[in-house]
Amino acid sequence: MDTLTQRIDEALAAITAAATLDALETQRVAWLGKQGAITTELKALGKLPPDERKARGAEVNAAKEKLVAAMGARREALERAALALRLASEGVDVTQPGRDGERGTIHPLTRTRRRIEAIFAQLGYSVAEGPEIEDDWHNFEALNFPAHHPARAMHDTFYFGDGRLLRTHTSPVQIRAMQGRQPPIRVIAPGKVYRSDSDQTHSPMFHQVEGLLVDDTATMGDLVGTLKAFVAAFFGRDFEMRFRPSYFPFTEPSAEVDIRWETESGTRWLEVLGCGMVHPNVLKHCGIDPERYTGFAFGMGVERLAMLRYGVTDLRAFFENDVRFLAQFS
Amino acid sequence: MKFSLNWLRERVDIPADAEALAQRLTLSGLEVAGVETIGGALAGVIVARIAACEPHPNADRLKVCRVDTGNGEVQIVCGAPNARAGLVAPLAAVGAVLPGGTTIKAAKLRDVESRGMLCSAKELGIDADASGLMELPDDAPVGTPLADYLGLPDVAIEVELTPNRGDCLGMLGLADEVAAECGTQAKPFEAPGVAAAIAAPREIRLEAGADCPRYLGRAVRGIDMAAVTPAWMAQRLRMADVNPVNAVVDVTNYVMLETGQPLHAFDEAKLGGAIVVRRARDGERLKLLDGSDAELDTSYLLIADEARPLAVAGVMGGFESRVTDATRDVFLESAHFRPAAIIGRARKLGLNSDAAYRFERGVDPGLPRIAIERATALLTAIAGGGPGAIIEAAGPGQPPAREPIFLRRARIARVLGTAIDDGEVQRILTALGMAVEPQSAGWRVTPPSRRFDIGIEEDLIEEVARIHGYDGIPASLPGGRPPAPRDDESGVPVPEFAAALATRDYHEAICYAFVDPDLLETWRIGEDAVPLANPLSADLAVMRTSLVPGLVEALRRNRNRQQVRVRLFESGVVFARRADAAPAETAMLAAVACGSARAEQWGESRRALDFHDLKGDLESLLRLSGSPQAWSFDTVDLPPWLHPGRGARLLREGVAAGALGALHPALQQLLDLPETYAFEVTRDALSARAVPRTRRLPQVPSIRRDIAIEVDEAVEWGRIASAIRSELRTMLNELVLFDCFRGPGLSEGRKSLAMGLILQDSSRTLTDQDADRCVTDVVKLLERDFGAQLRG
Repeated sequence: MDTLTQRIDEALAAITAAATLDALETQRVAWLGKQGAITTELKALGKLPPDERKARGAEVNAAKEKLVAAMGARREALERAALALRLASEGVDVTQPGRDGERGTIHPLTRTRRRIEAIFAQLGYSVAEGPEIEDDWHNFEALNFPAHHPARAMHDTFYFGDGRLLRTHTSPVQIRAMQGRQPPIRVIAPGKVYRSDSDQTHSPMFHQVEGLLVDDTATMGDLVGTLKAFVAAFFGRDFEMRFRPSYFPFTEPSAEVDIRWETESGTRWLEVLGCGMVHPNVLKHCGIDPERYTGFAFGMGVERLAMLRYGVTDLRAFFENDVRFLAQFS
Repeated sequence: MKFSLNWLRERVDIPADAEALAQRLTLSGLEVAGVETIGGALAGVIVARIAACEPHPNADRLKVCRVDTGNGEVQIVCGAPNARAGLVAPLAAVGAVLPGGTTIKAAKLRDVESRGMLCSAKELGIDADASGLMELPDDAPVGTPLADYLGLPDVAIEVELTPNRGDCLGMLGLADEVAAECGTQAKPFEAPGVAAAIAAPREIRLEAGADCPRYLGRAVRGIDMAAVTPAWMAQRLRMADVNPVNAVVDVTNYVMLETGQPLHAFDEAKLGGAIVVRRARDGERLKLLDGSDAELDTSYLLIADEARPLAVAGVMGGFESRVTDATRDVFLESAHFRPAAIIGRARKLGLNSDAAYRFERGVDPGLPRIAIERATALLTAIAGGGPGAIIEAAGPGQPPAREPIFLRRARIARVLGTAIDDGEVQRILTALGMAVEPQSAGWRVTPPSRRFDIGIEEDLIEEVARIHGYDGIPASLPGGRPPAPRDDESGVPVPEFAAALATRDYHEAICYAFVDPDLLETWRIGEDAVPLANPLSADLAVMRTSLVPGLVEALRRNRNRQQVRVRLFESGVVFARRADAAPAETAMLAAVACGSARAEQWGESRRALDFHDLKGDLESLLRLSGSPQAWSFDTVDLPPWLHPGRGARLLREGVAAGALGALHPALQQLLDLPETYAFEVTRDALSARAVPRTRRLPQVPSIRRDIAIEVDEAVEWGRIASAIRSELRTMLNELVLFDCFRGPGLSEGRKSLAMGLILQDSSRTLTDQDADRCVTDVVKLLERDFGAQLRG
């Protein structure tokens, strides 16, 4: 008996000492395998006299259970250690940059234009487009610019020599939006416009967003309210604003809109929009009865708004497309 | 247009100071571009006469003058080229402080004593002329303070007129406008007729029809061209940026500024017979006043005599018939030209012309007679001479009568959205010089002849609105619609993340928000799960605590359907039980991926997805926040489902915001998954964004230096990178890790890192030595702090 107990202790020690799953397997074979010591003991039970067999059997089975349990525990420990080892060996430097994590950007003028579109979409305006090469009628005549009027000279127009020209404002889209359609009309027309002027504060190509609303109740009060709502939505806050009488051939009354802008050296009025009630002649040109319907129109420079919004100090930066500049608009 | 405020005040009562007037003008549609006080600091400057002028004994360019101050003589050393005996000029006495801040002191100039300074107009801040001493008329009272003599101080106000307001290009029209704006009255303007003193007949033939419907001429003979323009007139011209020239030119310019009617004066001796107003002929040439040679065509309107052209009508006079010092007799022209006959002509000839500027915008057809009478009176008073009778040629119905316009009370409210009191409407229109007849539904309004811009009812409504004030129009929104919400750009909208992931080949998945509690148990994230009281089934019994297990289940389903490379994302809310409150809901964005790094394709060898592929996908989203430097990664507090060596925690400004990495191998084994990666980030952290503020880009080139180092495997790149950044600070423009290598040539447990340093200074171009010094500093730092070794 003592020998079995002794041998079991020996076996338990060997199992605990097994440093690898292979060493553990060797122990299993040695004790529990076909030729293993415990197996041999169990086989030998049959040769014992019956009165001894029972006690001896219980003893050997208890020993076997001990060994199985010890082996299981050891196996688990060894497996856990192997996994830990594997996990450790598989480690990566998570602080190294990811692959291809760079992102391109959307041009600040596009971003600004989209924001303007989104704001007016919420006020019920849809987006209208028109050609950038226009004819004199749409760009000037229909907008009530008399031929040779000084207001035309202010536009520094690019011509093609065949009566066509590069549109000097997005206002001709108003005309196209109204032609062949009856009110109510709510559209904005974003796009490129061209004027033959190029210096630090003028680009020969720039962007405007024109807005037009015509219905049977539109008033100048509605125009004021709409533009106040727009400025608050666009800049995300309220501004002191003023509407100043001005002159555009296609609106009457006309106004320019200033906001009170804060700078490091105090505040100043800054012009951000031009607007007015659609001139009855313009409505007539488009087949809309100015007695029944009134409308308002407004226009804004996308560059100006983007410069204010993002602190861009040089207009030309928008068209140089320096990726270091563009990358700031992620 | 620039004008003298003192002059305007003479014409109309203005109950306001210059700034308040400027504000009122701007808010009434006459945008003020500048307000400048002139002659505000002329104390101690007097009218003086140079009694004698001798060359300086020690300097060629200087003169020594004895100057009569009206109170004795002083000696002044002066370098002005026009200093001469007899000249009357401004003298700044000792102690005077000039507008530029210079204090006049007694001084010795090249050993000759000088007690005061004779001044140019520029030195006194009166105009830009610095060519010599300001020349004052001979009769200027010596000893009088200059400011008193010139009517200073004054304020020059510059107004940017819109093209419709040609009526404000003269003091008379401007005064009427200001009177209406201020609620006062302009003073009546008198230009009494000057009787003919001589007989000077001349035929005037109008051959251009409506382009020139009315032409008035008059000879003034025997004038003294040496007569000096009075100081008050010269000063008003200077205030308007018009240089005084001689009495004749100054008078025509002055009357133009005063009335708005451009005038021209010919040397009568150069005229050959009748004045003919006609179209130019193609190829006809005329040398103009400014010396340029104009080649004309039939688009130009011409003033001619019987033999040759004299002037481009409404634009500029001819050189030959101009008034010179030798002129004795002049012929004054005061005509009305139709805007369409003048528009664009000056521009086409490359000329700047005050006359054309006015005629293009429209000049009051009622003015020619007033202007020519006024000019005659001024000219004969200054330069003498005898006027002939006014010779007038006019087409039928000149000047034309204005048609009345009907203004409906209801239309005002319809257009403006607010009613304006009848009395106010009437007051405004009357003040603007309109004849207003009340009718039952409104008013019959006849605009004055100067208001070319008023033709329809809306024009009158604008007049009422702008004088009443646009700020009196209450804001409303069409159709009572609510205003658009404010957009402060502070959040990246979820669709942008979704679009970004979709372009990186992830499909959006939508998984049930209730999951199997056993699944969460397997993931070891079931502890805070909120159970449903009546789940549809046992495997949909609790609310999810993470989006990842659901996505992984979806990924498994796809794998079971023979999909090898699966990439999914989901945007949704996760739930957690809270002790004494409603369950917490947190919006998350998560993605899972397995299979090859890139879709199977030609031209790219196949490579298994790894940690840094997934990290790149996540980083591309982080860049939408606009501040990639706000994000960092570490390996602390990883969720239990992550591989401890291939998992990372994501932090925004040091606050945990999510996790990413490979699933734990044990979990992978349990779920029978291949190597699978996932990330999950809170949406609040992800979407917070600042409005971009641009900075100036450096204008100098950068220098790149590459180095490779060997360090222990355990040294993280992140620590190295931040150490280099704080070492080089602003000098470091960019740091790129371009290689990471283990194996042959390196000892066990070491790795090689190769990096590029892009160096740049904001203000100067770095030299090679600067760059070398940076590299040396960095290498020293890495050796000291990280046991690094520079690789050759």
